[in-house]
Amino acid sequence: MHFLNEHIIPFFNYWIYVIIMMLGLHAMIVKRNLIKKLIGMSIFSTAIILFYVSIGVNNGGDIQGGKPGETHGTIPVIEHELALEASHDPTKIDFRRYANPLPHVLMLTAIVVGVATLGVGLAVTQRIYRDYDSIEEDEILAKIAAAPSRQTDD
Amino acid sequence: MIWQFDTLILLLLLVAAVVSLRLRDLLAASVVFGIYSFLMCLLWAEMAAVDVAFTEAAVGAGVSALFMIATVYQTTRKSSD
Repeated sequence: MHFLNEHIIPFFNYWIYVIIMMLGLHAMIVKRNLIKKLIGMSIFSTAIILFYVSIGVNNGGDIQGGKPGETHGTIPVIEHELALEASHDPTKIDFRRYANPLPHVLMLTAIVVGVATLGVGLAVTQRIYRDYDSIEEDEILAKIAAAPSRQTDD
Repeated sequence: MIWQFDTLILLLLLVAAVVSLRLRDLLAASVVFGIYSFLMCLLWAEMAAVDVAFTEAAVGAGVSALFMIATVYQTTRKSSD
């Protein structure tokens, strides 16, 4: 029970991320269908992105005198008037009121790269299907073994 | 961040991931993967990362599910595992 309160409950989010990530990795290795492998890859990458975004969450724990969960860092968008004032005096903005935007910006790139990778993978899957009439890894390998010097002419 | 919402969405996310990897019908698996992406987008909006959330809604739930459904129509719908 002490172990549960100390290590499982406070880090519940992180445990779920690890489980989702390992689901994706398991699918990439064990599944024989190529589309299932690509779904696993996408699940793996979104789990990592989720971990990074959750690092940027500001639940008020680092505000002086505040307890975790009492105050919340909001969306990191600064109002126009405040931004104009802050261009002369940056101390006018209390950065502890906002979530940390740095992981968000990094992970935007990661999402786009992930979708590009998925697109290339699906295109290669379609090409493989045209040559081998199958998207099952074991059947494709069997066909390659049966005709090792197979020429791809379409 | 409201922890009740957070926990509920995380558990649904886990269910969606498992179902999408277990289904043998690839079209259904693609649609459940779209649901997974949209739940992920909800979780990010709730974590005050709205920019990441709408990119994921457009690109993850929209474009990648579409790519996957297009590939299923170009190839085959059945999966052995």
